[in-house]
Amino acid sequence: MKTSRVPDSIARQPWGVIIPLMLLVMLGAAVLYSAAGGSWTPYAASHLLRFFVFLAMAIVISRFPANFYQKMAYPAYGGVIALLVLVEAIGAIGGGSQRWLNLGFMTLQPSELMKPTIVLVLAAFYQNLPPAMTGSWRGLLPALILVGAPAALVMLQPDLGTALAICFGGAVIMFLAGLPLIWFIGAGAAAVVATPIAFFTLLHDYQRNRVLTFLDPESDPLGTGYHITQSKIAIGSGGFFGKGFGNGSQSHLEYLPEAHTDFVFATMAEEWGILGGIFVLLVYAQVMRWGLNVARQAPDRFSRLLAAGMTATIFFYAAVNLLMVMGLAPVVGIPLPFMSHGGSSMMTVMICVGAIMAVERWSNKSGPLA
Amino acid sequence: MKLGKRTASSAMLQNSFDRRATVVGAIQGGVGILLAGRLTWLAVAQNEKYQLLAESNRVNLSLIPPRRGWILDRNGLPLASNKADFRVDVIPDRLGDEKKTIATLTELLDLDDVKVRDLTDKLDKARGFAPVEVASGLDWDRFAAVSVRLPDLPGVVTQRGFSRFYPTGPCVGHLIGYVGAASREEWEAEGKKPLLITPGFKIGKDGLEKSFDLELRGEPGARRVEVTSSGKIVRDLDTRDDVPGKPVKLTIDGRLQDYASRRIGLESAAVVVIDCKTGGILTLASMPSFDPNSFADGIGRIEWKMLNDDDHIPLLNKAVRGLYPPGSTMKPMASLALQLAGVDPEERVSCPGGYRLGSRFFRCDAVHGSVDMRTAIEKSCNTYYWSMSHRVGYDAIAPIARLLGLGQEYDLPGTNQRYGTIPDAAWKMKKFGQEWSAADSLNASIGQGYVLASPLQLAVMTSRIASGKDLQPTMLFDKLGKPAPDLPFTPEQLQVVHDGMFRVVNGAGTAGRSRIDINGIKMAGKTGTAQVQTMVSRGIHGDWKSRDHALFVCYAPADNPLYAMAVVVEHGTFGARAAAPIAKDVMTYLFDPETALETLHSLESQWGGTAQQRLDRKYAAYSAQYGANGPEVTGTEAVEDDTKNETEERPVESVSVEEPEEKASPSPEPPAPRATPSAAAGNTPAQAGPAPASSPSPAPTASPVPPGVGPAPRP
Repeated sequence: MKTSRVPDSIARQPWGVIIPLMLLVMLGAAVLYSAAGGSWTPYAASHLLRFFVFLAMAIVISRFPANFYQKMAYPAYGGVIALLVLVEAIGAIGGGSQRWLNLGFMTLQPSELMKPTIVLVLAAFYQNLPPAMTGSWRGLLPALILVGAPAALVMLQPDLGTALAICFGGAVIMFLAGLPLIWFIGAGAAAVVATPIAFFTLLHDYQRNRVLTFLDPESDPLGTGYHITQSKIAIGSGGFFGKGFGNGSQSHLEYLPEAHTDFVFATMAEEWGILGGIFVLLVYAQVMRWGLNVARQAPDRFSRLLAAGMTATIFFYAAVNLLMVMGLAPVVGIPLPFMSHGGSSMMTVMICVGAIMAVERWSNKSGPLA
Repeated sequence: MKLGKRTASSAMLQNSFDRRATVVGAIQGGVGILLAGRLTWLAVAQNEKYQLLAESNRVNLSLIPPRRGWILDRNGLPLASNKADFRVDVIPDRLGDEKKTIATLTELLDLDDVKVRDLTDKLDKARGFAPVEVASGLDWDRFAAVSVRLPDLPGVVTQRGFSRFYPTGPCVGHLIGYVGAASREEWEAEGKKPLLITPGFKIGKDGLEKSFDLELRGEPGARRVEVTSSGKIVRDLDTRDDVPGKPVKLTIDGRLQDYASRRIGLESAAVVVIDCKTGGILTLASMPSFDPNSFADGIGRIEWKMLNDDDHIPLLNKAVRGLYPPGSTMKPMASLALQLAGVDPEERVSCPGGYRLGSRFFRCDAVHGSVDMRTAIEKSCNTYYWSMSHRVGYDAIAPIARLLGLGQEYDLPGTNQRYGTIPDAAWKMKKFGQEWSAADSLNASIGQGYVLASPLQLAVMTSRIASGKDLQPTMLFDKLGKPAPDLPFTPEQLQVVHDGMFRVVNGAGTAGRSRIDINGIKMAGKTGTAQVQTMVSRGIHGDWKSRDHALFVCYAPADNPLYAMAVVVEHGTFGARAAAPIAKDVMTYLFDPETALETLHSLESQWGGTAQQRLDRKYAAYSAQYGANGPEVTGTEAVEDDTKNETEERPVESVSVEEPEEKASPSPEPPAPRATPSAAAGNTPAQAGPAPASSPSPAPTASPVPPGVGPAPRP
């Protein structure tokens, strides 16, 4: 390693995860190429381009020191909250719901930014919280407010998937921060009670239908159950080796809805079969393993929680999307990281990757030397 | 406190983090394994199921309507065939914006107001799933214009297929029937077969098309195409050809059928020709008719109005469903019956111009003097038959009438016959609750009174008399061949009748003007005139509807009968005047087609073209007159008249009498059934079997016009 002529700054990058990620993104590009009917436009080329742009961004992010992250946590959080309110306001004025801001060169979904931001701010919060207070209400209540505010704003949009992602990221950090186990058990019990109530009051009709349809997709094969049914057909008909590149009838003949975004995994599995599916799962496993290892070896509470929280956010994306396309979860609009076509989600997951890389760098610097 | 102690130090937190991170990692791993398991389950264990589903998504199987079997005449000429066709249908269920789609189609296909109106009518009545024809017989340009716009026209189906074609159009309308799209009832009756609602598929709706529908149908082909979820066809995968339906070969001679139909001209008439050797029906013509070609896509308003306005009732097959008093055409039959009952044909009866029965006097057409049986046929002398049948009794005649085919129904698929009446005492008692009277016998013996027969029956009767064999009329070529048994008449008895009929045409008989002589081939026949309204008007006077029906039965060659024929001209006045000339030309066509065609062409130039041309012109005139505002078509089965299931003996509606005709009573009092069609104006025709309060006054006051079939009307 030391004898390599590769510059140190490049050699120090976590290639063990970047290379699998690149392969996954390339597979994603291949799928998008096929989904576009054998064309680089409009999906595949921009997918690759975005990945490399955001990879560069992640490397830049990873160069910042830990104290910069800590300093920026609250201002960033406040900024994203402001953006969420702005989106709400624009939506209210425009007479309809809106999730994104048009920045000219891209459309930005503030709710996407909130996913890594909530991890960052909670990590900073627990870093500053005296360890002794972790088990008291002062370790819980501020964190609940920090999670609850953006989650509520996102629910207003309404965007159940992102709200759940925010809550999930927050919950994982609180859990890892060492909050008493009994609280989680209690919250779990409360959730069991509250879910039916929330189901009938908080959710919108279409969301309710999606849940109901998930429970019995064949009840409405042409309505909301159509998505799940067609996705299962695509995955199931792929078999072990798949139908071959460019031969997916479900996606090419437009039976599969959202074949290039939320249901990209089904598009992939139809053409690449179980082999492709296992490869995707292995890459995610590698990312998760890397993220959690980085967290374990991190030097302080902030970086531990940051790395673990970012890993959990990526995990949440991937897991919910895959559970959905395989018919194990209701249809929620969550894209598959590194594969789905879409700028905002790519940016979010690459911020997460960048943050984990930063933590890894901090560990390398301080770990063996300190 | 307890919790506080536990989480008191940073080291403890580190410890807790490690443990909990392991839990999180384990959960993540668990989810990963769950996903891998689910993936394997879907793609391996259930692979077959989902492959099938994906295939059924991808592949759309569409049926190709089979080509319908041809209907052939005895020489193999098609009476019904198929022609390649570009067609456009709409499926109402899948229509998006109906108005917009129709507007687009109207523009693309250049539909006129009448067609648009008919289309909206059909769509209003449509049942959603069943295709409605917009246009067929399109040229390639218009077909292509619609085809390329299909993605913007949901519910519109273009198809390249075959449609039914009847080369001679109206000439075979009644004989063959017609086809049409299956109705909901028909679709359900066949277990909702998808073929029945395939665009372009037609089933037989009437006549032979209906009777032989299953044979003619064939097996549908199929086309597998790859389609997108929105139904757009990506490419053809493979095609299985249809199996055309089996042809049905008829005994009909297509050219003769065509000739006879056209020769009827402007009359409302039926012509039936039967092969005297086999009983095969050569012609079963009823005119005017409808054009079955234009019925295949449903009946339009204009057409409906045109057919219903016509007092010649083009929707009625008069050859098998028109019932007429046979009149004097019964006399050859009666002659056989009399001989069988022991009457010597040489015995002479004196005709003083009528016959006295008790206190009543039945008038004959003329004073014929002394007549034997042959002369009685030749001159159509009623007196002879009255006196002879009075002697032998009517009960000796009725069975022979039935034996010769009157009042019988024949095994003829697709004809829906009515079998008329050969009355007898039991029948009258059942029908009217009255005793059979001697006057009834007299009436019946000359084919009047309650007697009703269809042109088909008259032709069968003639063929049996001509051949002396019990010929069974047949329309299917394959059924021919079995020799018919002899009838219980001696050759001598038959010869008497043949002589009489020969003299009708070739002697001093009633049809002398219709004789033919083609290389020695001569025709024998018998005229008949059936009264429509008693004495309101006679002969050629009065309006068309109250004129008498003209009948003529004949066979040729006279010495070796090959063909027997019956011609009935509704309201044609006298048999010799209206019916015999048609019979003469049709018979001529059989032996000398060129001469016959010359005659026809000169006649058609007077009439204004062939039947098809006249029908087309009439349609155009109606269309111009009424535009899109014809009355709505009532009922989809427009062609089937309302008497569909009626097999009772009732005169057809065109005949303005409602009941079997009563002969005029000489007395002004109502209803004494009288045998002679003599005077007595003011006699109402509508009495159904009234109390025979026969008038004692014997002699009728002179009738202004000589009635009946006698030679008198000949100018």
